[in-house]
Amino acid sequence: MNKWLNPRSAFGIALITIALLGLPFVAAMGGQAWVRILDFAILYVFLALGLNIVVGFAGLLDLGYIAFYAVGAYTWALLASPHFGLHLPIWAILPIGAGLACIAGVLLGSPTLKLRGDYLAIVTLGFGEIVRIFMNNLNAPINITNGPQGITLIDPVTIGGLKFSGNTQLFGLTLSGPMKYYYLLVALAILVIIINLRLQHSRIGRAWQAIREDEIAAKAVGINTRNIKLLAFAMGASFGGIAGGVFAAMQGFVSPESFSLMESIMILAMVVLGGMGHIPGVILGAVLLSILPEVLRYGVGPAQMALFGKMLVDPESLRMLVFGLALVLVMRFKPAGLWPSPERKRELSEAAK
Amino acid sequence: MSANLPVPLLEAKAVAKHFGGVKALRDVSLTIRRGEIYGLIGPNGAGKTTFFNCMTGLYVPDGGGFVFDGAPLVADAPHRAAERGIARTFQNIRLFGNMTALENVMVGRHVRTRAGVLGAMLNNAATKAEEAAIRQRAIDLLHYVRIEDRADDLAKNLSYGDQRRLEIARALATEPKLLCLDEPAAGMNATETAELRELIEGIRRDGTTILLIEHDVKLVMGLCDRVAVLDYGALVIEDVPAVVQKDQRVIEAYLGA
Repeated sequence: MNKWLNPRSAFGIALITIALLGLPFVAAMGGQAWVRILDFAILYVFLALGLNIVVGFAGLLDLGYIAFYAVGAYTWALLASPHFGLHLPIWAILPIGAGLACIAGVLLGSPTLKLRGDYLAIVTLGFGEIVRIFMNNLNAPINITNGPQGITLIDPVTIGGLKFSGNTQLFGLTLSGPMKYYYLLVALAILVIIINLRLQHSRIGRAWQAIREDEIAAKAVGINTRNIKLLAFAMGASFGGIAGGVFAAMQGFVSPESFSLMESIMILAMVVLGGMGHIPGVILGAVLLSILPEVLRYGVGPAQMALFGKMLVDPESLRMLVFGLALVLVMRFKPAGLWPSPERKRELSEAAK
Repeated sequence: MSANLPVPLLEAKAVAKHFGGVKALRDVSLTIRRGEIYGLIGPNGAGKTTFFNCMTGLYVPDGGGFVFDGAPLVADAPHRAAERGIARTFQNIRLFGNMTALENVMVGRHVRTRAGVLGAMLNNAATKAEEAAIRQRAIDLLHYVRIEDRADDLAKNLSYGDQRRLEIARALATEPKLLCLDEPAAGMNATETAELRELIEGIRRDGTTILLIEHDVKLVMGLCDRVAVLDYGALVIEDVPAVVQKDQRVIEAYLGA
């Protein structure tokens, strides 16, 4: 606790606070599109930290994480849109979304308790696809999800009369919709960071780590591995559900297309590339992997023009090529992730010897 | 503690276990009294570890069962066995290698503490107090097995002897009534074995009953109050060391007929 009173860390925190507060205004100079990119970066931080509980802490490889995000998003879409004519407030929807995602997490977790590694990955992958296909086909015989057309005109977040869509004048500053979502997402991300930190150094966090290290020994010291694993799935899924809700509100539109396998893989890549189980690493991974493709989108074309005077390769294909190459290079030269925890780094360097 | 208390701590009643056609345990019945050091010996493949695994819930016996501390043990639930007060170490050491020695022992406190997710998230006074108590108890136990100076080292970086000690500390953290040691002296030199012996005697003096599986016959005969001998999955004899040592069947089992 005392470290917070240390003037150096207090200065650091003040600096980070100012940076976080000012960032959307800087981004807005490049247009609102950049603020939206920032929003998604923070949303991915939130998602990656949720998945980190399952993959990083408990060591359970989950390739269907996006399913929980989908459950949260569709919960918001169905409870706050003209589709069913329901317009519940955020205080009702987010907990319901988190709760439903949590149930989905337990549903996925219970049949997979005895599986590990590749086998678990295959089952979770299937689960993710099942949820997406459900969303795609639940428009007949009763129209629940509106199928591939998705659900439109979803209510934005409204807190105490403050609508998060459109501009708001505050202290002489104009806050755009994406900017307001940015602050909401930062607040949520800070909350999930604190929860992650506290869980990691708790009785439950140690039990997760023990299961990851040696499940039989964990059982022998009295850890109920079944419940503790389910808890990891449930916690991770709940965070996915909350993120999904905010996503639906922010976009105003959801369709099954947003919840493809590629998304699950991207979030897993953020966790692995950043540094599994290490919270600062996961944050870095999420920010880099969500912003890099956008930077490339805007940067690849002009860079070609400047270098060669003409477009040699279609910027859209080149963007993914550079992105993929970057991933391969990171995993080749930093196998423990960009910012691994000190222990994990040692672990891998010793394994390589 | 007297070795002659009337109520036994653990009773194995006709425990049987087979793997396919191999009969690993044939109706083994034995009794462990409170406060004693009980030795379980036998040649390789005699069924010692199988017996252990049945008792601690890792295997489900095909016949018979266990009564521990006045109530039957539920099979197939290792964490229950720990809850009831049976702790164990493993023949091939199983520590949480990438956690520190202190954290390993702290994990051992899991079964005697309660903080859940909510407590961890809120980090309220009760959770903080419990966490501090867990840490203190773990430090005390590291002192007890004399590896307190390795507290912050990763378990896998400890020396072999220290790893054995750490495993015992982790088992003790669960506050066992019965501590089961599976070949704790395997691979140890004479000095380390002597130190281990001292440690085991200390644990017994502090009130924990001990079940010792061991190959080192000298250690077992010197340390144990009573000894059981298994051969081909069946109990040969259960008696005090002096009698067991002279038993013709035991000599045959060990030296070959």
